[in-house]
Amino acid sequence: MQANDQREVLLKVENLKQYFPISRSYTVKAVDDISFTIHRGEIYGLVGESGSGKSTTGRSIIRLYDPTDGKITFCGQDISGKMPRDTVRMLRTKMHMIFQDPMASLNPREKVMDIIAEGIDIHQMYSSQEERREMVYAILKKVGLSKEHANRYPHQLSGGQRQRVGIARALIMKPDLIIADEAISALDVSIQAQVVNLLKSIQVETGCAILFIAHDLSMVRYISDTIGVLHLGHLVESGTTADVFEHAVHPYTRSLLSAIPRPNPLLEKDRPIMTYDYKTSGLDYSQGTYHDITDTHKVLGTDADVQRWLKELA
Amino acid sequence: MNNQETILKISDLSISFKTFAGRVNAIRGIDLELHRGETLAIVGESGSGKSVTVKSVLGIHAANEIIDSGRIDFTYQDESGKTVTRNLLEMNDKQLQKEIRGKHIALVFQDPMTSLNPTMTIGAQIMESVLRQKGVTRPEARQRALELLQLVGITDAEKRFKNYPHQLSGGMRQRVVIAIALACDPDLLICDEPTTALDVTVQAKILDLIKDIQRKKNLTVIYITHDLGVVARVADTVAVMYAGKLVEKGSAEDLFFEPAHPYTWGLLLSVPDMDENSDSLYTIPGSPPNLLKPVEGDAFAPRNQYALEVDRHREPPMFRISETHSAATWLLHPDAPRVEMPEPLRRRIDSMREEVKNAGK
Repeated sequence: MQANDQREVLLKVENLKQYFPISRSYTVKAVDDISFTIHRGEIYGLVGESGSGKSTTGRSIIRLYDPTDGKITFCGQDISGKMPRDTVRMLRTKMHMIFQDPMASLNPREKVMDIIAEGIDIHQMYSSQEERREMVYAILKKVGLSKEHANRYPHQLSGGQRQRVGIARALIMKPDLIIADEAISALDVSIQAQVVNLLKSIQVETGCAILFIAHDLSMVRYISDTIGVLHLGHLVESGTTADVFEHAVHPYTRSLLSAIPRPNPLLEKDRPIMTYDYKTSGLDYSQGTYHDITDTHKVLGTDADVQRWLKELA
Repeated sequence: MNNQETILKISDLSISFKTFAGRVNAIRGIDLELHRGETLAIVGESGSGKSVTVKSVLGIHAANEIIDSGRIDFTYQDESGKTVTRNLLEMNDKQLQKEIRGKHIALVFQDPMTSLNPTMTIGAQIMESVLRQKGVTRPEARQRALELLQLVGITDAEKRFKNYPHQLSGGMRQRVVIAIALACDPDLLICDEPTTALDVTVQAKILDLIKDIQRKKNLTVIYITHDLGVVARVADTVAVMYAGKLVEKGSAEDLFFEPAHPYTWGLLLSVPDMDENSDSLYTIPGSPPNLLKPVEGDAFAPRNQYALEVDRHREPPMFRISETHSAATWLLHPDAPRVEMPEPLRRRIDSMREEVKNAGK
């Protein structure tokens, strides 16, 4: 992904803040000042532990929340503040979301056909019932389901098939960006691989960009071109997959990587795991600024911190 | 391992469920032996019968569950200090509750939020199980509960004692669940997907915690998991289940370096490799069989590219490969054609061996 800079920027997030006031004196800063860009056709993996703000980021971008501060530009239009009607329409057709639990996100009383067609119904994207049916069949085929599935209800499908319906529903609008929020976490391991393969092939075929939010690092590594690591609402490190996985600089990223269990029983048994505790680390994320390690690789920290980390690694 | 004391022996266990559609043969003849202090991991897809197997050890049965055959022999020391062996399947619920559950065999569930009582403080919940032992007074129980909290690595236990589950993070909650499981000093701890709901960093800490306690108390642990990385980190022996049967068992080293069953090959291959870049992830084709219908031959045969003709008609027996390692596949029969494991897996195992060599072991 060296050609990053030549590619057209699809989504630009600048200094996004998403706060949730709990009481007069207490505000949860779920996302605190993060910036990143997603290029057209890119798969961007957003990782972090639970509570790090990765889902909130996705939901703010698609405007399920109203961002507290910051600017989000999508397809060249500002979608962060109050949007004119045209922009809303563009956003709702061009950006789509796949949710974590397909059983909870699909309407149990609708048939697969109607679930998938809901988007094109709302935006009146067909001229006849025949066309509507054909569009649904085509998309079902693309996600590896057959025509017969169109007349079933969600409970008649297996977990993997349900998630394929979730993907089909997003895909039928021909989006430019799909936000996959923990789209594989609720699935069985053997099914996870199938869904990940499907997402990747869709990205290759349709050229649509994917914001892949997950906590399973090995899957993220496999699917993503670029990775952002979130911790406590701050983007602590970002870069290409190789940057983050092979040359991680930030201690949080390094601890995250060292915690992945590897399937080698002889080494894994006594492999020490790096621990990282924000409270005792003496770091203050809000003091840090972004430092460029390479063209693509950025890390958050003060000058002294980054100097120290680089020295530790050398 | 053979000279060690056997703590749990499952022989020829078969379980089915009565449903509207007919009888589902969830467990189809399992033999398993576990020694004291050993860690066993049971791996398999969902629906392969892992949970049903361990739940039957604790006598947790669904209303429509039928035990068709088999016995589960558990060896423990009763209150007088005498070593007894009893068939857990013959004990009724009352006896199990009085003598086995908690005291000798304890269970850690997957999701700590649903296994804790949200209306009780965590201290009270730990004390509850301590107080079930005979002749323990409340102050003693409180003291013991505090010790348990410290044992599972909760700092300022005194303060946390009064917390409710919702005030704790996921990792903390799972520590409390483990503390409750350990309250009566069990011999056998069963962990049903203990870290699936947790983040990787927390997962690593919980696994290390269980390992540490195991060493201190000579606990026997059974893990149910589908994460092969976790298996590599904790397990001494591994049992692979498919469609209600054990298809392969052996030491962790056997399973990861010398896998013999095509299903195990598939499982190992479907783990995304951290060091290799490939175009697509390997997936085992097809889906598990419907256990409503009787399985003819090897249940895995329809998904198995290496299946032989005999696989479709006759069920393979367990073939012994070595002292510790056995697998149920006709490929191991002396008359079978020689079939090598898939090339990508061979490469991966070679690179794992290389890693081990480089680490100087």
